[in-house]
Amino acid sequence: MIHSVLSGDFPRSRVLSVALAAIFIALALAPFLFPGTRPLDVAAKVCVFILLVASYDLLLGYTGIVSFAHTMFFGIGGYGIAIALSRMEVGWSAIALGTAAAVLLSLALSFLIGLFSLRVKAIFFAMITLAVASFFAILASQLSNVTGGEDGITFKVPEILRPAWRLLEDPLLGVTVGGRFITYYLVFGTSLALFLALLRVVNSPFGRVLQAIRENDFRAEALGYRTVVYRTIASCLGAVVATLAGVLYSLWLRYTGPNTTLDFGIMIDILLMVVIGGMGTMYGAVIGATIFVVAQNYLQEAMKAFSDAMKGVPLLPDLFHPDRWLLWLGVLFVLSVYYFPHGIVGQLRARLKKASTK
Amino acid sequence: MNLGVRQRADWIPLALTAAVALAALALIGNPSTWVTLTVAGLAMGLLIFIMSSGLTLVFGLMDVMNFAHGLFIAIGAYVAASTIKVFSAAAGADSFLANLGAVLPAMLAAVVVAGLLGLFFERVIIRPVYGQHLKQILITTGGMIVAEQLIHVFWGPDLLPLPRPSTLRGSFLIGDMAIEKYRLIAVVIGLAVFAGMLLLLNRTKIGLLIRAGVENKEMVEAMGYRIRRLFVGVFVAGSALAGLGGALWGMYQESVTVHIGASMMVLIFIVIIIGGLGSVGGCFAGAVLVGLVANYVGYLSPKIALGSNILLMVLILLWRPQGLYPVSRQ
Repeated sequence: MIHSVLSGDFPRSRVLSVALAAIFIALALAPFLFPGTRPLDVAAKVCVFILLVASYDLLLGYTGIVSFAHTMFFGIGGYGIAIALSRMEVGWSAIALGTAAAVLLSLALSFLIGLFSLRVKAIFFAMITLAVASFFAILASQLSNVTGGEDGITFKVPEILRPAWRLLEDPLLGVTVGGRFITYYLVFGTSLALFLALLRVVNSPFGRVLQAIRENDFRAEALGYRTVVYRTIASCLGAVVATLAGVLYSLWLRYTGPNTTLDFGIMIDILLMVVIGGMGTMYGAVIGATIFVVAQNYLQEAMKAFSDAMKGVPLLPDLFHPDRWLLWLGVLFVLSVYYFPHGIVGQLRARLKKASTK
Repeated sequence: MNLGVRQRADWIPLALTAAVALAALALIGNPSTWVTLTVAGLAMGLLIFIMSSGLTLVFGLMDVMNFAHGLFIAIGAYVAASTIKVFSAAAGADSFLANLGAVLPAMLAAVVVAGLLGLFFERVIIRPVYGQHLKQILITTGGMIVAEQLIHVFWGPDLLPLPRPSTLRGSFLIGDMAIEKYRLIAVVIGLAVFAGMLLLLNRTKIGLLIRAGVENKEMVEAMGYRIRRLFVGVFVAGSALAGLGGALWGMYQESVTVHIGASMMVLIFIVIIIGGLGSVGGCFAGAVLVGLVANYVGYLSPKIALGSNILLMVLILLWRPQGLYPVSRQ
């Protein structure tokens, strides 16, 4: 059973298996284990980012192409549903229509960008996507009558997803079963299903071709695979999943704005997550996103304590200022690319391999 | 030959630029507005050229794309802001020479610091990942994250004022044409840099080696020249120029934030793609074209001004998929 759910791609490391199981249980039972608004926000964000980072890993880790437009697709999803729900009658049909329109737009855009620039070098694609994504971000903040500009769009969700709505009169095991509870499980369930689908894709024959292209595109082409076609399909697939992640995230926040979806900082965050977790492993997305989002929310407090304790020492309090947490993740990122190209997951697996050859 | 000089020069892109300017004159109708816009466009284009020329040469020579190039721009602007603060008495004076006494040290400091940082960056960040594009993109992006944060540590997270000295403000009035003084200065500096670069590339031994290296690296090495040392030199020079461009751009905007580099990067990428990766002449033509189009369209219909650069890039790539002046490579 587990074999078919995981598509035969097991964690292949005891520590990794335990960590993944722990993350799965924590997310699956989050409303019961961590009551309160903020922990549930963190858990929902972890779910969405696992999906987003996994879809990016399909491009970066499996196909070997660097895109800087992933947040653009994330944003298209968020804005699609936000515009639909704020303009139309609030309901499931608005959600469906917004999602469908967003997915189609993402497909068309990623197809065009792919056709236009995937024939040439990886660097060219990276530069073009950077330009297009920054253009899109400016566009979203300028077209304020459609997108709400810098303020973004706050919108209403269908009734059963609203915080005030109650499914059960009495709390279940001390947890109110209401709109937030249902929304969380909607986000969790969809993310899980799409993550498993991505795992299936990378372990399919199609996924093997992508990896062949990553390792040596010339040889893959010589074997008769049309690399442009495969790359473009991979980039479209990644874009669609990122769009769906954007839909989920904005459904959870009941808000979409430039800072939550389109910001270049989020692109950097995704890169950090995928590289630190482990490129080309899918499970790296789970580890990377969990570590990153938890660090984002809780590391700053630890750094503040440390920074306060170091008062009087020159420079150190500034280096450990709570706002400088990205500095340390950036250093970790650079070190990972040099020394652990397969990130945390790769390290854990390598340890296992070393132990078994002894 | 890719520099648009001497043998079989390709004049079509330059003619295109002139045609764009003339078409804009017809559309705008008012010659004095047109002159103002053209000078503004040239100034913007030449500043972008100063910042991007190093990046395109580095790519042409060693196939290295530095996504952290914006960092040198930001450093140049920050160093200039700090230097001007030190020379604030001279910068505040009402004489052109005294002002120059503040601006020149600021530009010099920006160039030196950005160059030194480039030396360090090449050694620590880029050298280990020669020849691996994917890792280059990742590692230079990572380097930029760390460096931006370090700028926050040293200069603080807030916007830094970079006041332009008093005699560089305002504009010359010729008839009813208003030409901003600072833009004229930017044009002069930009043309000087371009002329210097052409002289270096076309009239010196080092320039010959660089041009040969762009076209066929192995052959130059086989002749006994160390292309890597040449590359370090070009990288440092490119970083220093980016620092100079950053200082000038910061003074143009009169304020500096850490995002100055990242926001310029998008324009720089568009320019070097339009010009043809690795080509200095193409970079110049592309930068001027981008600067002019941005200013004309911004005046004619501000709504599409945002997309004008992307649109320009798409049109040019449809016409010449390798850019205006493709680099022939073995």
